[in-house]
Amino acid sequence: MTEKKATRESYGAALAELGEKYDFLVLDADLAAATKTGMFKKKFPERFFDCGIAEGNMMSVAAGIATTGKTVFASSFAMFAAGRAYEQIRNSIGYPHLNVKIGATHASITVGEDGATHQCSEDLALMRTIPGMTVINPADATEAYAAVEAAINTYGPVYLRFGRFPVPNLSAELPDYKFEIGRGITYREGTDVALIATGYMVHLAVEAADMLAKEGISASVVNIHTIKPIDRELITETAKKCGAVVTAEEHTVVGGLGSAVCEVLAESCPVPVLRVGVEDKYGRSGKVPALLELYGLTAERIAARAKEAIALKK
Amino acid sequence: MEQTRLNALRRTANNIRLGIIEGVYSAGCGHPGGSLSIADILTYLYFEEMNIDPSNPKWDARDRFVLSKGHTAPALYATLAERGYFPKEELKTLRQIDSHLQGHPEMKNTPGVDMTTGSLGLGFSAACGMALSAKVYGNDYRVYTVVGDGESEEGQFWEASMFAAHYKLDNLVCILDLNGLQIDGPITEVMNPTPHDEKFAAFGWHVITISAHNFDEIEAALAEARTVKGKPTVIIANSVKGKGVSYMENECAWHGQAPKEDLYKVAVADLLAIEKEIK
Repeated sequence: MTEKKATRESYGAALAELGEKYDFLVLDADLAAATKTGMFKKKFPERFFDCGIAEGNMMSVAAGIATTGKTVFASSFAMFAAGRAYEQIRNSIGYPHLNVKIGATHASITVGEDGATHQCSEDLALMRTIPGMTVINPADATEAYAAVEAAINTYGPVYLRFGRFPVPNLSAELPDYKFEIGRGITYREGTDVALIATGYMVHLAVEAADMLAKEGISASVVNIHTIKPIDRELITETAKKCGAVVTAEEHTVVGGLGSAVCEVLAESCPVPVLRVGVEDKYGRSGKVPALLELYGLTAERIAARAKEAIALKK
Repeated sequence: MEQTRLNALRRTANNIRLGIIEGVYSAGCGHPGGSLSIADILTYLYFEEMNIDPSNPKWDARDRFVLSKGHTAPALYATLAERGYFPKEELKTLRQIDSHLQGHPEMKNTPGVDMTTGSLGLGFSAACGMALSAKVYGNDYRVYTVVGDGESEEGQFWEASMFAAHYKLDNLVCILDLNGLQIDGPITEVMNPTPHDEKFAAFGWHVITISAHNFDEIEAALAEARTVKGKPTVIIANSVKGKGVSYMENECAWHGQAPKEDLYKVAVADLLAIEKEIK
């Protein structure tokens, strides 16, 4: 397996490298060292602006910059971007459909020791309610880099979610890996159950599929990196083939990938769907592996839910 | 200021006030009080101060205007119509289902609106973003924003103030409409945001205080702002809420309601009487 890397590292590297090729500005709210926008700052100090600890102002400033025809990234932790500045994102950026890219790092419980106030497990739900907002949750370093470039090349508001915890770089191992906004990626073709995962949970879904294979269960694995616009076609097609679905997300099961998949399938192909994610709870302090175990964000949990989903098939 | 020019500005401002009343009356709702208080300032900005081209609203090099106190959209629309961005007749469609004139300004569909606003505090920050962009990319356009005194109770308002001073946005002029009233009552009773002058000075701004209804003072303040380097300028404009309509002046109740037919007629009569005086 390739070396593990946090998607935030890839975000910073992408900004710093793509800054040579594309003209954009970067804003941060006193977290440049943590969000990794500092890598861009170091290389392009004249195009980087710290907004201080004032995330609401930062989002509206970004909107103002975008009205002048410039592309701009605004970064903070997911909690303070999607959470604290929700209304600025909705009214200043979303409503006028401005070309602002929100780079939100430190999402959900893999933040670890900082605990519940900094573990935003609600950001995908919040962001996907905003009309016209593109919401991307990359699974690994390669995908995170590709997502940043795709966001630059797509006009309009984009919410990009990155994590703090290192994750295996599965995308790098895929032959012909291609990132396209709104197009999910099938990792495994199976027939008994579909494991539809996003972000940090993608590699765990692959592990779960391996576990299930040992028991003679054939599982599809799909990576939905774009939560909005969601890949209805691939989700429907996979559900039809497998007849049962498990979703997996490092996010609350209220309003995130699980909900989005249910919305699609209720309309296109009603099959049993079981959701793995944060079960309507706040996070807490702890080491990341212990937290993942405590909140049920594991390959074992996905595999167990898969068997339950299969049992629910008519 | 020379009398002919002054009278022309007064007439324009009065037409804008008539447009405000027309729009709000047609809509049956809206915010006339704070619209009337900024009519003279908008008149000067759009007819004297700003480098704009109504036939090309998206012109790259234009000066920008952000109405951060977005609820006073009737004033902005009446000004834009008076300046030729769209027909004055359209003011009567304010807030209607098929109109581009939304209850609060919307930049995508209304010619001349540079920023979508309405949620208080956000427009001020957006104006800062525009001014920053001009600095970074070496453009010499200027950015003007009109903010409310009630709006200054928002935390983001002071975040924006800090940001503008920190980045030395001397191409930004913030005009504070100090009419002293907000929905629930006098600003000093609801949540006292004063003194604005000392606060802005402490935040690193160049502060000028004027009467919002005196064109000589408006002109002098904006000219002074152009000479200030290395810091943004705030013009604290002492105004009369409801200015020009007898029964609306300094009356909190007219912050956010439209006159019925009888009072609409009184408002029009008041403004026509002012027009006569100008001649």
